[in-house]
Amino acid sequence: MAHADTHAHDDHHEHKPSGIGRWLFATNHKDIGTMYLVFALGMFFLGGAMALLIRLELFKPGMQYFDPQFYNSLVTTHALVMIFGAVMPAFVGLANWMIPMQIGAPDMALPRMNNYSFWILPFAFTLLLSSFATAGGGPAGGWTLYPPLSLQGGTSFPLTIFAIHLMGASSIMGAINVIVTIMNMRAPGMTLLKLPLFCWTWLITAYLLIAVMPVLAGAVTMLLTDHFFGTSFFNPAGGGDPVMFQHIFWFFGHPEVYILILPAFGIVSEIIPTFSRKPLFGYDAMVYATASIAFLSFIVWAHHMFTVGMPLAGQMFFMLSTMLIAVPTGVKVFNWTTTMWRGSLSFEPPMLFALAFLFLFTIGGFSGLMLAIAPADFQYQDTYFVVAHFHYVLVPGAVFAIMAGVYFWLPKWTGHMYDMALAKWHFWLSSISVNVLFFPQHFLGLAGMPRRIPDYNTQFTDWNMVSSVGGLVFGVSQLLFVWVIVKCVSSGERATDKVWSDAMPLGLEWTLPSPAPYHSFEDAPEVK
Amino acid sequence: MLNRKFASVLGGLLAAVPAFAYESSYNMPVGVTPISREVHGLHMLIFWVCVAIAVVVFGAMIYSIWKFRKSTGAVADQTLTHSTQVEVVWTVIPVLILISMAIPAAKTLVKMEDTRNAELTVKVIGYQWKWQYDYLGKGVAFFSTLSAESNQARQLDSGVDVTQVKDYLLDVDHPLVVPVDTKVRLLLTGNDVIHSWWVPDFAVKKDAIPGFINEAWFKAEKIGRYTGQCAELCGRDHGFMPIVVQVLSKEAFATWLAAQQEAAKAAAAAAQPAATTAMTTPAPASAAAAL
Repeated sequence: MAHADTHAHDDHHEHKPSGIGRWLFATNHKDIGTMYLVFALGMFFLGGAMALLIRLELFKPGMQYFDPQFYNSLVTTHALVMIFGAVMPAFVGLANWMIPMQIGAPDMALPRMNNYSFWILPFAFTLLLSSFATAGGGPAGGWTLYPPLSLQGGTSFPLTIFAIHLMGASSIMGAINVIVTIMNMRAPGMTLLKLPLFCWTWLITAYLLIAVMPVLAGAVTMLLTDHFFGTSFFNPAGGGDPVMFQHIFWFFGHPEVYILILPAFGIVSEIIPTFSRKPLFGYDAMVYATASIAFLSFIVWAHHMFTVGMPLAGQMFFMLSTMLIAVPTGVKVFNWTTTMWRGSLSFEPPMLFALAFLFLFTIGGFSGLMLAIAPADFQYQDTYFVVAHFHYVLVPGAVFAIMAGVYFWLPKWTGHMYDMALAKWHFWLSSISVNVLFFPQHFLGLAGMPRRIPDYNTQFTDWNMVSSVGGLVFGVSQLLFVWVIVKCVSSGERATDKVWSDAMPLGLEWTLPSPAPYHSFEDAPEVK
Repeated sequence: MLNRKFASVLGGLLAAVPAFAYESSYNMPVGVTPISREVHGLHMLIFWVCVAIAVVVFGAMIYSIWKFRKSTGAVADQTLTHSTQVEVVWTVIPVLILISMAIPAAKTLVKMEDTRNAELTVKVIGYQWKWQYDYLGKGVAFFSTLSAESNQARQLDSGVDVTQVKDYLLDVDHPLVVPVDTKVRLLLTGNDVIHSWWVPDFAVKKDAIPGFINEAWFKAEKIGRYTGQCAELCGRDHGFMPIVVQVLSKEAFATWLAAQQEAAKAAAAAAQPAATTAMTTPAPASAAAAL
């Protein structure tokens, strides 16, 4: 094979470029993966700092620190930074690192596009954040960009839209790369139904990205032409329809929700079997459940907009289709639980984070089911109940899964074991404080506190204080995460090839040395 | 930890169930309309269904974590990798649970959308950042803005202790006044951006969208003062455009309406030389007296 021929030349050198050029012109999946992960971590702290400012203002009633407009721009950019800057790039970073190693490939299929897709991101976020320095401040219409409000934005408006275009282009390139890699570069014998679940969930996520990112691009382009070129897509005075934007936005937005959670499902599906010392229960069902969730994600979008005044039949349809999502999601939770059943469990940091994911994501699932009930949703919509719901699925859901993945694979990346005791401190502090932070928000929402308000009636004081204290502890705990990683990169006990040799790590990545070689599999392994 | 969470939710609910739950700081209010009671019932039904599922699922997880610890010498059963039977069971049972929840939800939804036979219609217009109420066919219309006291207190560095402000951020100059036991239909629209009119005690939340007229209705069955807030981000002062609804006895409402109409006529007569439409009527002192 052509592959084997070129391989002869590569013997004994890793061709690892040095200096700044190694990163600027990176085409290696590990270098690009590292850049994605470091970028995501930086954005996680930036978005987290914004969240802490929000919690600071909300600590007690009365306006203490910020102008309401600045508060609104914190709310808006916190969301954009966390979604497009932290969670999505972290998943792409993990995909870059792990997909070639899990399918027995030397690298990603399209290395130069991989470079572009990463290097677009710093420019996108520079555009977005530079808007804070312009007259009128940052974007303040919410990350959902609903017109007509978003059209009232000043200089921040076009900056935000161009930033979103760039983020979308980056995501689409990343997604194409994942699909091409998984479809073409699997080791001989690795049929699709032998693919590790992290690759499966990412493959499906990549299709979702390609399907919906252009929809978002279309929606924001229409906003742009409405604002600058006199079109009236969303302007009722010109015959347009502001609700149409919401339909288009959520047609992107709901699949986007699964883009943020499906790779997390994949990571958890790798970790729970490893530390239960037992293969994943119902592998096929997991794949089909993931595909069903992806399919359903396209037909539930209007549950984000029950209050816009849809026809009764529309509300019925979206209520029922949304409730259906509970079925495949339930299958996944049951399968993870049964994987542990009659297993032999140990509780290393990745397993702890995966277990916290299992419990706390399920709580987010319950509140999601409650939100699906349209008549009750009229009471929940746009309150802190919704804020609690989506933070439960995104923080102890997606973010905990990312941390679980980092703790799972970090020794494979660095060749060192990390400080287990410190990682466990990080786990306990995070998982307790995240509940102190978000659980009271359920009460606030039910008691009547709307979201996206900088000040509130005194009846909401107690739970806001509790939530802010939880937020501070959670934020500070994340410094431990950085410390564990920095220590592990520079020093630590040597990791074995299997890393978790005491447990049952199953994937091809554990057959490589630790740290993994620069070009993962130069010879394709045989998969039985 | 989780059990304690549920216990605290439960505690809140038990405190909330008797009488009027809108004082609760834990749970959705039961409210004062037939629909709000149904919605609260649905909310509690699905909450308890979730609690029941949680007991089973979390129970199984906690049992597994405890029982199958490696440290106690548990040996993994490598053969337990799939079972078509249990997979069918845990697909079918959730479907049945969902159907049983969808039926009452659909019934309530149908009632919420039935705006026929309203006895009073009020047009609600959202502005940045206030509400306008127009009693259609009655010749009464007025703006409703955040009370001066709250507005002063909420300014940055106002120096006012907001805990001493009465109904801080939930008080307006001119509340929406409606009669008790009367089906009131709302026609909602927005003047500039999208707003959302929400009063939890009525279980009404409907967006006020420029270029659209949305419908909602409520029938308050208890005299009193009910508050809510704009629920759709509408710009800088989104947090400062509350809703206050004063529910009066039918007689008191008639008196209030007549006084409003008098005042509107007087204002129109005074404004006649200018020949402009006086949309906004000053709230007469008699309105406050009637409350």
